[in-house]
Amino acid sequence: MSRVPLPYNQKVLELFRNPKNLGRMEDATVSAVAGNPMCGDMITFYLKIDDEEVIRKASFESYGCAANIATSSILTEMIKNKTLKQAWNVSWKKIVEEIGGLPSIKFHCGILAVGALRRAIRKYYEEKGYTPKWLPKELTFEEKQALEEEELAERLAKRMDGQQ
Amino acid sequence: MIENVEELIKAHEKLEREVYLDIENSSPVPEEVVEAMLPYFTTRGYGNPALTHKPGWEAYEAIMKAAQKIAKYAGAKTPEEIAFTPGETEANNLALIGAALASKAKKKKIVVSEIEPVTILHVAKMLEEKFGCKTVKIPVDAEGFINLENLEEAVDKETLIVSIAAVNPEIGTIQPIKEAAEIVKTRNPNTVFHTDFSDAYGKMKLDFSRTDIDLATISSYKILGPRGVGALYVKQGTKIEKIIEGQIATQKFWPGIENTPLIVGFAKASELMFTDLDKNIGHMRRLRDKLMNGLLSRVSDTLLNGPSGDKRAPDNVNISFLRCEGEALTIELSLKGVYVSSGSACTRRLLQPSHVLTAIGRRFEAAHGSILMKVTRLHTEEDIAYVLKVFPEAVQRIRKIVGSTVVS
Repeated sequence: MSRVPLPYNQKVLELFRNPKNLGRMEDATVSAVAGNPMCGDMITFYLKIDDEEVIRKASFESYGCAANIATSSILTEMIKNKTLKQAWNVSWKKIVEEIGGLPSIKFHCGILAVGALRRAIRKYYEEKGYTPKWLPKELTFEEKQALEEEELAERLAKRMDGQQ
Repeated sequence: MIENVEELIKAHEKLEREVYLDIENSSPVPEEVVEAMLPYFTTRGYGNPALTHKPGWEAYEAIMKAAQKIAKYAGAKTPEEIAFTPGETEANNLALIGAALASKAKKKKIVVSEIEPVTILHVAKMLEEKFGCKTVKIPVDAEGFINLENLEEAVDKETLIVSIAAVNPEIGTIQPIKEAAEIVKTRNPNTVFHTDFSDAYGKMKLDFSRTDIDLATISSYKILGPRGVGALYVKQGTKIEKIIEGQIATQKFWPGIENTPLIVGFAKASELMFTDLDKNIGHMRRLRDKLMNGLLSRVSDTLLNGPSGDKRAPDNVNISFLRCEGEALTIELSLKGVYVSSGSACTRRLLQPSHVLTAIGRRFEAAHGSILMKVTRLHTEEDIAYVLKVFPEAVQRIRKIVGSTVVS
């Protein structure tokens, strides 16, 4: 095991310094959170969705490292004016590609961003009360990863409380 | 990747001021120290100190004089008690593994506190796994202090070595190290008492010869000496063995050719620190309090990690900024010319945040938002004023990104 430095590229640095689509959206159609502050990694997505199921506005808030902030921000750009189905199909690898690469230790930031977005999309349909055919019944890898992180945090919290 | 780094460095152009506070992880070396070292690279003492020619004798003379100086500052009885190593990690390894190798006992117990530096904890774990030693970790309180009664209970006839850092490098807790050594020796005179003295050397007064301390790790870079050199104080008669094999050297516990220039630099840095030690400590303490109190009063939702006042190392500041992730904050501060480190899992590249912060009861969220800073004798009032000016803005900007995601 060795300790790798984190040579973030210019795009990551720029999105860290001037994140696009940052902030809570008061008139959001749906919002969803993924991650847990205990893991130092948490994202909220806000989506404004029109009647055609097209994302008209997307914004985010993020508690996390520079990669977490940058991947969340770029994802809000990537899904703007996309249908929910198109947005669902954005993979974490595509995010990493779009951002010009990430240190491998930071891939989980992209995975969590996709997990949060898909959670928001599911929530939207749950609230609408119907499930489109393309929406997988089973949780996808990215959603499971988000869930795993949250469960880990809960276990850690319990352990800490037990010690005190 | 190299292009990325070049761009990252370029992003730091036109800084109003640069203040380096990450002394925990490395340090700049002042000109004076470099000047003292230079001749030993180029014109004198470049020989092997164990050999019979002028450049060798010059090297031997320089190393002996360096050992004499450091022995004087550390309160060792003789310069022979100072064993130079390539650094603190190596000195800590030498202490624990060296004692284990020298012991013929069947059952060997190691006693440490749960906030010891990872060099100690990892070595103890290795000795458990490969040598069948047993490690006992004693707990600490909310400020990081060990309880001497717990220590007394933990030491028994099987205890080979006890290792307690005199000053915790992360949260600055000054342990009652003299009393701890006494208690251990009273319980078992054969137990070796080691202390990682890295953050205490040049930050407090203690004469090793007047204590029951057998082994002490001393750091060079933490007093603004060069990296790549350190020392282990080995009290005469202490049973340890060398842990690596090679050409026998003047340093009996570390085979291989001595690095004379680095040893000279280490001694020079010690001299600069210990000449006027009281003044230097006073200066650091003043700046520490300015920085610590300034941040705690200017930024909301903070927690001081470790004790305050005289119970804290004069150079150490460690504060958790809630609703603020540490890696993001270190980058934001870097772009403003303030260089610090964090106990966040992210900057440590590990899944869990600092074991020291969780041991004193900090929740993970608080550990992720922790920032560690150390002031030196060379920092100025202006440096601290600059940090206090830019730090609150940096926290504010990161917290703006967090928004309502985390509610504290």
